[in-house]
Amino acid sequence: MSGSGVARFNPAYALVGPALGLIAAFFFLPVAAAFLLSLTDFDLYALADPANLRLIGARNYVALLRDPLFWVALRNTLYFVVVAGPLSIAVSLAAALLVTPAAVRLKGLFRTLFFLPVVTSLVAVAVVWRYLYHPRFGLLNYALGLIRLGPFDWLGDPQLAMPAIIAMAVWKNFGFNMVIFMAGIQSIPERLYEAASIDGAGAWQQFWRVTVPMLAPTFFFVGVMTLIGNFQLFAEPYVMTQGGPAHSTLSLVLYMYEEGFRWWSLGYAAALAFVLFGLIVAVTLLTRVRGRQARDGAVTVGATP
Amino acid sequence: MSRRAQARVLHVALAGGSLLTVLPLWWMVAASFMPTGEASSFPPRLWPSHVTAEHYASLFGRLDVARYAGNSLLIATATTAISVLLNSMAGYAFAKLQFTGRERIFRWLVAALVIPGQVGMLPLFLLLKQLGLINTYWGAIVPGMASIFGIFMVRQYALSIPDTMLDAARIDGASELRIYWELVLPSCRPILVTLALFTFMGTWNDFLWPLVVLTDGEMYTLPVALANLVGEHVQDTELMMAGAVLTVLPIVLVFVVLQRFYIAGVMSGALKE
Repeated sequence: MSGSGVARFNPAYALVGPALGLIAAFFFLPVAAAFLLSLTDFDLYALADPANLRLIGARNYVALLRDPLFWVALRNTLYFVVVAGPLSIAVSLAAALLVTPAAVRLKGLFRTLFFLPVVTSLVAVAVVWRYLYHPRFGLLNYALGLIRLGPFDWLGDPQLAMPAIIAMAVWKNFGFNMVIFMAGIQSIPERLYEAASIDGAGAWQQFWRVTVPMLAPTFFFVGVMTLIGNFQLFAEPYVMTQGGPAHSTLSLVLYMYEEGFRWWSLGYAAALAFVLFGLIVAVTLLTRVRGRQARDGAVTVGATP
Repeated sequence: MSRRAQARVLHVALAGGSLLTVLPLWWMVAASFMPTGEASSFPPRLWPSHVTAEHYASLFGRLDVARYAGNSLLIATATTAISVLLNSMAGYAFAKLQFTGRERIFRWLVAALVIPGQVGMLPLFLLLKQLGLINTYWGAIVPGMASIFGIFMVRQYALSIPDTMLDAARIDGASELRIYWELVLPSCRPILVTLALFTFMGTWNDFLWPLVVLTDGEMYTLPVALANLVGEHVQDTELMMAGAVLTVLPIVLVFVVLQRFYIAGVMSGALKE
């Protein structure tokens, strides 16, 4: 082991090497290859014999623009991102505000209960919610029936299927952001609230003038993470609706999965994957700019309560 | 409102919120113990008329659920063990050792955190096909053996290890690998437990990749098997609920026992940005 040839070898490489090698081989290489793949007509025939593979330039992307299902999947994904994101952040914040006050007993218990859906398997709870949404026997329609609403065919009606999936996703995810908001709320100095209440601010004003601005960095972090996660909507429609009814819950990733792994149009599916990637990067950059503005705002507001 | 009344309102809201949160999981457990057909009765029941374990029996008997649980356990355990080792090695090196390109590589890695895993999924499938790993346990394990997120977590934590401690060991003639193994690993223990939890839960619950890479029924993990079961037994509500309970229960138990580490991890990730 103490050969002279390795005497000057930096041991840091031995520590970094395995992880970086694996990440390069099984993450960066496939991502780069995905771009090349999106420029080919890779399909079932090419899978059988690579000689059938041809470079076709941007034709997959052009075909995407003309594909009505792509626009449907894009619209559905944006619908999910725009509605489920803010909704789940609002629920997370509300839950965090309820759990943090010093007067709350059994804090740990409530936090655990709210967090429970986060650790459950998405497939398992999607199966459960399918039955909760059952038009005849489901718990939800029963509860709504008590106040003389419904019955609704939640997963069978194209107008209702996406809202139903959003409701489930909010239930599943809000606990995660709640914990992050709890950390943010606890780090707000108590004296800011004291100063605000001396100035005569009520609870509502304290919330808008102290809590919200002081949480700006948290909002930013939570917002970006939620955005990125929500763009990847897949298991919920896969298990609950298979993208239906009438493609009303077909998401970009579900469409990519079907094109790629059901019909083996890997070239076309890779183009879809890259459109998703581009969208996520664009939106993240946009949020980052807005986040910086919000953070600067927070510093000024926070300094003069 | 007096303080007392405020506290009361707060607790009522909390109790209501947590009831709503737990209700779907409660119904899942209750329905899994109902006699066949009872979960599809009107009005819906929240408690079985008599408790029966028949659906669990047919899952373990006829449907061989132990095999899927074994697959899940094997894949999640192996991925966790390997990735905690490799990520902690790399995370420590990024935090404390000097090597060419360290800052630049690290910046690139962090920037790449926004790349969704699905982007590379199709070529990854073709790559693993070339390597003969489709429909093997390794096929499910390999992409999770190292992660940028894991390296990042360990690095942030390892930054706080005092240099004096490491230098003292170096002066005593300890090799870098030995320092890592005997000094760094023990002092990073809390973050390693957190990372192990994240990885184990993430792998156990993962769906899309195992769905793609494990093509034969007997290789399925629990979530893939459950999704497959939906196709065949969708009318069999109580059976499906028993399957859902078996998929969710192990991970909920792990979480409840070790949640201190898990929550700490979520919070630290948020505060560091």
